[in-house]
Amino acid sequence: MTEAKELETAGGDGLRRVVIEPMTRVEGHGKVTLMLDEDGHVRQARLHIVEFRGFEKFVQGRPYWEVPVMVQRLCGICPVSHHLAACKALDQVVGATYLTPTAEKIRRLMHYGQILQSHALHFFHLSSPDLLFGFDSEIGRRNIVGVAAAYPELARQGVLLRRFGQEIIRVTAGKRIHGTGAVPGGVNRTVTETERDALLGEAGQIIEWSEAAVQLVRQLFDRNFEEYRRFATFPAHSLSLIRADGALDLYHGGLRARDAQGGALFDHVDYSRYWEQILENVKPWSYMKFPFLRELGPEDGWYRVGPLTRVTGCDFIPTPLAEQARREFIAYADGAAARATLGFHWARMIEMLHAAEVVSELLKDDDILDGELRTDGAHHGRGVGVLEAPRGTLIHHYRVDEHDQVVRANLIVSTTHNNEAMNRAIREVALRYLDGRELTEGLLNHIEVAIRAFDPCLSCATHALGKMPLMLELLEPDGTVAHTLRRD
Amino acid sequence: MVAPVVVLAVGNPSRGDDAIGPELAARLAAAELPGVEVIVDFQLQVEHALDLQGRRLALFIDAAVDAQAPYEVRPLAPARDPSHTSHALSPAAVLETFQRVCDALPPPALLLAVRAESFDLGAPLTLAARGNLEAAWLWLSERDWL
Repeated sequence: MTEAKELETAGGDGLRRVVIEPMTRVEGHGKVTLMLDEDGHVRQARLHIVEFRGFEKFVQGRPYWEVPVMVQRLCGICPVSHHLAACKALDQVVGATYLTPTAEKIRRLMHYGQILQSHALHFFHLSSPDLLFGFDSEIGRRNIVGVAAAYPELARQGVLLRRFGQEIIRVTAGKRIHGTGAVPGGVNRTVTETERDALLGEAGQIIEWSEAAVQLVRQLFDRNFEEYRRFATFPAHSLSLIRADGALDLYHGGLRARDAQGGALFDHVDYSRYWEQILENVKPWSYMKFPFLRELGPEDGWYRVGPLTRVTGCDFIPTPLAEQARREFIAYADGAAARATLGFHWARMIEMLHAAEVVSELLKDDDILDGELRTDGAHHGRGVGVLEAPRGTLIHHYRVDEHDQVVRANLIVSTTHNNEAMNRAIREVALRYLDGRELTEGLLNHIEVAIRAFDPCLSCATHALGKMPLMLELLEPDGTVAHTLRRD
Repeated sequence: MVAPVVVLAVGNPSRGDDAIGPELAARLAAAELPGVEVIVDFQLQVEHALDLQGRRLALFIDAAVDAQAPYEVRPLAPARDPSHTSHALSPAAVLETFQRVCDALPPPALLLAVRAESFDLGAPLTLAARGNLEAAWLWLSERDWL
């Protein structure tokens, strides 16, 4: 953990900056600054978020029952995660100390459908080009069109897996977007038999494709093991939700944190008082906050969240195929894959397989067709909802006044948890692959590959045509632009 | 049986002028035009290629910072562009995905690109965008459903 100080104190005189902006294949706008010394050696790496999100202000003053719908507009990629995290928080506000079986299972179905479609998009359409063609392959080939040309069946499966997940969201949330299925205290709809049967008819194929995806990542590791094990790899603490019996649970559980060697920092902590374990730091160069484990402090308490953390941090996965896949992943090369940053991809596909199995089981459960939908009780002024979103732990925290208006909101999104970890990954790559004197597409893509492993979502759902150019700038120590590269 | 014409309108209603697409989609849906299916989403993605199957025509509607005010209507062709490498696809990239995944030519497609200015979270439509939206709606209203 001593490298943190080296990073943070490396600015100042005699440094040159390389700026990559924004990241390709990453949601929203991002910028990477590499600070080089006069000899062209990397001294510092920073991933900047250039847009102020303003999420908390966005919901202040609104009646609490509007929040689960409003927060879906924060992110075009994982609106369902925000929808459910908000509802979990507001369950506490409306005094719903438990959910009915129907409500719990429909919410879980919605959530695991979201996990499945998000992981499918990320692997098949955003990361597989890097992995299948190599990090140095030419940019014109390294995209989904290239994948579709070389591996048409794989590209097709990616589209259909995502479509299946989206269809689950539609039937549980009511609509493809702006769904209202989850409400404080439960849900407002059940699944019809027709909808259930249609989805169930596809579930076996979805599991089969997910199993094949896990095997594909394993084959990629077999083929490129020496490169993958070292690429952007660094030790990190970890944070995730965990079920009471130690099982992987992406919808609910207690907080588990482990140190870089796997030792327990805390376990099964009630997330409704998360601030007793997690604090947030700010830095002058970024709008994004830097969460840290309170006990370890801001310098050493940064941690990593997401699929790799969850799959390596749980004691077991409660579905058979994914559990078998987890065991093979953990055992691979004495745990080397499970420690590698590119292990995120393998873990992500294991989670997709798990999600497919969970969805299949839930679809066979008649509780999703009929039953009590909501509960409530004595209202409270505060609620905290936490779940494991596709990219990692997602925290929604609201205070509601006596007029039912939200007066304070705090959201810690998955990408924020991974903020410092992504800086570490970038720096590891930069130290190894960039000498600071020559910028090439291949070199820059190594940095993007490292960031993509985390699947960050750096902005929210605006995307208007013409808004997403890619620009690369090389800045001299005095701030003058030495070189600019732009992709429109 | 799918509707012969699909309208794919994209944008976030809570992001200022990005609401142009959803607003026009809402008006079209309310008009209940026969043979027209209206789909609205935050962003275009790979699975939208499947929404093009069996269509006679596709109309994409989006806010655009690079369009002439008040709007432009552009014919679309499948294209490889940098949006292939993003979480969100361009309309041309959706057509390209259709071509690759469905192994067939996509239906003829148009883009209604409505000039937009600002995309702040929680902001309403700008005055200019309101005018552009109304002009675009007039154009849509005058189509004999494409």
